[in-house]
Amino acid sequence: MAKQIRSPLPGIFYRRPAPDQPPFVEDGGSVEAGTVVGLVEVMKSFHEVVAEEAGTNVRFVAENEQPITVGVVLAEMD
Amino acid sequence: MDLSGRKLFIANRGEIAVRINRAAKSLGMTVAQGYSEADGDMLAVRLADQAVEIGPPHATKSYLDIVRVVEAAKSAGADAVHPGYGFLSENAEFAAAVEAAGMIFVGPSAETIARMGDKAKAREAAEAAGVPIAPGSDGRVETVEDAIEAAKGIGYPLMIKAAAGGGGRGIRVADNDDDLKRLVPQARSEAEAAFGDGGLYLERMIAHARHVEVQILGDGQSAVHLFERECSLQRRRQKVWEEAPAACLPQATRERICAVSVRLAEAVGYRGAGTLEYLYDPERDAFYFMEMNTRIQVEHPVTEMVTGADLVAEMIRIAFGEPLRFEQSGIALSGHAIEVRVNAEDPASNFMPFPGVAQKMRVPENVRFDTMLYEGYAIPPFYDSLIGKLIVHGSSREEALQKLREALAEMEIEGLKTTLPLYRALADDPDVQADNTTTKFLEAWLETNAIKAA
Repeated sequence: MAKQIRSPLPGIFYRRPAPDQPPFVEDGGSVEAGTVVGLVEVMKSFHEVVAEEAGTNVRFVAENEQPITVGVVLAEMD
Repeated sequence: MDLSGRKLFIANRGEIAVRINRAAKSLGMTVAQGYSEADGDMLAVRLADQAVEIGPPHATKSYLDIVRVVEAAKSAGADAVHPGYGFLSENAEFAAAVEAAGMIFVGPSAETIARMGDKAKAREAAEAAGVPIAPGSDGRVETVEDAIEAAKGIGYPLMIKAAAGGGGRGIRVADNDDDLKRLVPQARSEAEAAFGDGGLYLERMIAHARHVEVQILGDGQSAVHLFERECSLQRRRQKVWEEAPAACLPQATRERICAVSVRLAEAVGYRGAGTLEYLYDPERDAFYFMEMNTRIQVEHPVTEMVTGADLVAEMIRIAFGEPLRFEQSGIALSGHAIEVRVNAEDPASNFMPFPGVAQKMRVPENVRFDTMLYEGYAIPPFYDSLIGKLIVHGSSREEALQKLREALAEMEIEGLKTTLPLYRALADDPDVQADNTTTKFLEAWLETNAIKAA
């Protein structure tokens, strides 16, 4: 079964550190435990979302700037 | 002036939308409320006569979308649009778009917003009106070389500020030429990204300053002041606790700071409610103009409590063309008021936002609580964490503090983490009780007292 990265917070999900910068992790990329995969903006403050385990072939399910709730799946990976 | 039956569109959310609704209803007006997809359950929607959806949760796609907001107000058949604070409240383009669509913008003209919203131009206007300003650059600095040259006359430490900034955003402190060389390019690109305007100016840093601000009402011809507020208790340059009047000011200084504020408001033909913000240096008994906010402010209730005026109702009347209803001599200070901003944040966990569901609430009697909450309301995570403002009034500062302590002891909001514990600790703090604070006080206090605030 594919591994999942879930949001620890509700808010707006961002895949990039800033609009003019590349995504933290590209689709198809790989992560280590602790790799930052995105940001969640909750009540005007930004919080990093980190991968809890290593994985490859990361496939983002959540879009950039998508409103999300706690526990929603942001990405799947192998 | 009879405003009954006229329709006001509220282009904001949260507690200020509720506050504006109350003022509009007191004038007999009909209320249309704009709301995002995430805000269908908010109190202001429930209280409105009509509600119009303005787009997705993210504010840039709803509350900050000028075209959508103007269309919504127009489709509701609004006579006027109230912008509240934040969002589009100080956006000159929005004010112009509202007027161009044949509606009244509740606030100053687009020209005044543009002029006083540009911090460098506002400084120039203040200086021209004889209002003291902190030593700083003569308008904008364009290059690092200009900045270093200007710094010679200002002295270090100094602040690098974004001309288009506000609310403390984008400020950097430089201690020497090397800092300037490093920080000016950074500040420029950040200001460019945040405000679409990379303009910078420099200002001397006043150590041990207090934040004092003067409330103004103007009708475009004349202006009056409604005395001052003291807002030194800040965290990350955001005010958390405000008082009126500023007990730290000698009476002669109070008269002077209020008088020059009226002079500046009249010099720019100010229309509506506005606030002139100053840094006050108690050691020198000197004040320096910082910036003007051309809107209603979060902390306006403390002024209402000590003057009896309804600032939001007055700004609506003025927008509809009514002349000022007060003479300066008719506005008197009565007692002392304190407001604390209740945020859905956990003080025990570095003020982590806590967008939960409000359960049972216990709000003490004999206090004012301006809030967006009701039992069962789920706070959306997309917006500011301010959920209410607790305001007390007493015959003296001591009495107001005592009432605040009593109210805080009684107040309870189940289901949420809030900043109420922070205020309980602050209200018991000897320095706060002695009014011995500066704008740097709270962050230093939190370093050593975090546990008390939890």
